[in-house]
Amino acid sequence: MLNVKVLGGGCTNCKATYKLIEDVAREKGTDIDLEKVEDIQNIISYDIMSTPGVVIDETVVHRGGVPSRKQVEDWFSN
Amino acid sequence: MLNKYPWLLFLSLLLIWVLLYSNLSVFAGFIVSELPIDPGSHLGEALTFFVYDAPKVLLLLSAVVFFMGIINTWFTPERTRALLAGRSLGITNILAASLGVVTPFCSCSAVPLFIGFVQAGVPLGVTFSFLIAAPMVNEIALTLLFGLFGWKIALLYLILGLLVAILGGVVLGRLKLEKYLEQWVQDIPKKQHSFESEKISISQRLEAGSLAVKDVVGKVWIYILIGIGVGAFIHGYVPENFMASFMGKDAWWSVPLAVIIGIPMYSSAAGIIPVVQALLAKGAALGTALSFMMSVVALSLPEMIILRKVLTIRLISIFIGVVASGILLVGLTFNLVL
Repeated sequence: MLNVKVLGGGCTNCKATYKLIEDVAREKGTDIDLEKVEDIQNIISYDIMSTPGVVIDETVVHRGGVPSRKQVEDWFSN
Repeated sequence: MLNKYPWLLFLSLLLIWVLLYSNLSVFAGFIVSELPIDPGSHLGEALTFFVYDAPKVLLLLSAVVFFMGIINTWFTPERTRALLAGRSLGITNILAASLGVVTPFCSCSAVPLFIGFVQAGVPLGVTFSFLIAAPMVNEIALTLLFGLFGWKIALLYLILGLLVAILGGVVLGRLKLEKYLEQWVQDIPKKQHSFESEKISISQRLEAGSLAVKDVVGKVWIYILIGIGVGAFIHGYVPENFMASFMGKDAWWSVPLAVIIGIPMYSSAAGIIPVVQALLAKGAALGTALSFMMSVVALSLPEMIILRKVLTIRLISIFIGVVASGILLVGLTFNLVL
């Protein structure tokens, strides 16, 4: 099970990212534990300077802007 | 196939773009002449303005946003921070303001960006130069200015916007305001960041460009249409020189008033510039119009609420005061000189 965190304080892009990850995981049947991280001190502990950020198993895989669908699919491909 | 040959896709799109752009007035003229409306009437004038300017601005914007999306891939916030860290006030402010133009920025990321800068030891005044320039001088504002006013005004806005950001940052830096940061921000330990640029292929950069078009144009097109719609109405129905009495050169008080009204207003540059263009055509003075525009775009209530997480009310007030004074100075100088 992958632990996936979406970092960002409730902006539209953060919501879109959250939903995209949810959709792709469901489509690919990947078992994920999806979390929203909105607390600013928690966000900056990942050294993220542009939101939304995406963290998979404590590794930052994406910063700033909504990721493309292909990118998200790649995260869940192995 | 097109995924394999990004250049092919790019060149064919470029060709379509050039064809569309060079035939805009033919297209607009055709539409207006087909409608059962007298071209000289109020409605006719408003429509001509709308039908010609809306596609023109949207086409221009798509092209510019595409190229900025590509340029943005070289200027990540992390690289910008590495460039600004550990330097002193002065020349660095010029660098910070310029980087504010080319680094992708969304006011929703203002807080993590601010913290990231503070943590890396970027001086407060330098951080402010970046934060003033980033929302105010951006490709959307510059494209709209270019499309609706011409390159001279666009260049002027670029230079004056950078000037306000640079001088504003220097003044804020001199005031030694670190103690007015929220306590938890002051307590964040400084740390060194290593920066390694990621390897990005050309096709990935091109993809970033098209993503930017989808994202930015997809978001602002409606504001542009509304803005140009309001502008078109003003063009068609408001009498000539109507604005001269209260937004004209002789009404010196209109500049501070324009700045004050603009502060709480929140509009992307996309919505406000077409309206300002129409006001200008009806006799408003350029300095007053520029001040209004800068104030609306640079200072907004939502961004201040976001920054409140890291700045005390006192620091926010000083920040607004300094930026507003800079904008005011720009407007007054303009009206005086021109």
